[in-house]
Amino acid sequence: MAEIIVVTSGKGGVGKTTTSASIATGLAQRGKRVAVVDFDVGLRNLDLIMGCERRVVYDFVNVIQGECTLKQALIKDKRHENLFILAASQTRDKDALTVEGVEKVLDELKSDFDFVVCDSPAGIERGAHLAMYFADRAIVVVNPEVSSVRDSDRVLGIMASKSKRAEQGGEGIVEHLLVTRYSPKRVAEGDMLSIADIEEILGLPILGIIPESELVLQSSNAGVPVILDDKAPAGQAYADAVARLLGEERPMRFVEVEKQGLIKRLFGG
Amino acid sequence: MGLMDLFRKRKPASAAVAKERLLILVAQERAQRGGPDYLPLMQREILEVIRKYVQINNEDVQVRLDKDGDQDVLELNVVLPDSDTER
Repeated sequence: MAEIIVVTSGKGGVGKTTTSASIATGLAQRGKRVAVVDFDVGLRNLDLIMGCERRVVYDFVNVIQGECTLKQALIKDKRHENLFILAASQTRDKDALTVEGVEKVLDELKSDFDFVVCDSPAGIERGAHLAMYFADRAIVVVNPEVSSVRDSDRVLGIMASKSKRAEQGGEGIVEHLLVTRYSPKRVAEGDMLSIADIEEILGLPILGIIPESELVLQSSNAGVPVILDDKAPAGQAYADAVARLLGEERPMRFVEVEKQGLIKRLFGG
Repeated sequence: MGLMDLFRKRKPASAAVAKERLLILVAQERAQRGGPDYLPLMQREILEVIRKYVQINNEDVQVRLDKDGDQDVLELNVVLPDSDTER
């Protein structure tokens, strides 16, 4: 049975779409059949990060409204034949996503895929709620910064009470934290919340720590999920997170300040 | 502390402040969670009513909603001032 994973955060701009793209790609690299769905109706962006923006013909809302089949709307990734993208609609109609419609599409995806990754919009409105409602597992993306940490806790609270799993009274959604834009140097200087701080405040296990890196922007610019850049620390950190998601044990990397050699210090890295 | 540290500007560790603030805030927000939306407003109004008779501060009234089996229990805790400070 397929697993539905929601990537959410509450706060915007923390790296949800970057994470969705890399986690989905990473799972596909590991041989899983993966569909990644953009729930940000009105502000479609996953297609751009995945580099398939010019191949979007039909979208999520088209499928829900019966204007095309799910198969027609799924865009096959150009690098992995077992990875598919379902783009968000650009309609401004906020009610385009319905609970029944989303459930129907997710059910159909579940019958054909190992993992369905739901890229949530920011906020706690309808789109964000629907993205997490059917989830089995949640990756809460958090920046080491006060507003992001607070919003994450809000989202965790909503998931604990307003998801399908919560309403049915059984086992809740399995929750993980993924810390992005982490700077060991600033933590060492005492100006950034540390991993231990975030774990203590939110009380959740950490799935991955993605270091702050210029290469993430370069990857977005090119439409290549950063996990495909195996030289980039951020890419390697995402690969570790995917491995942990699949139950493997990996030590956390990129959490210590990088010791620079004399030459690097003199001439800059 | 190394010798070099003496020459470094000592900045207050802002992360420690952030952590402290977040721990308090998150605990507070978790306590209110799950309660109905009218709870904060009701808390304020109860405070106003009590203030008509006794001088108390905001933090002297605590409203909590607990579940006891299938019953919701509204718990109201008012800390009254010592009698000699009463009006």
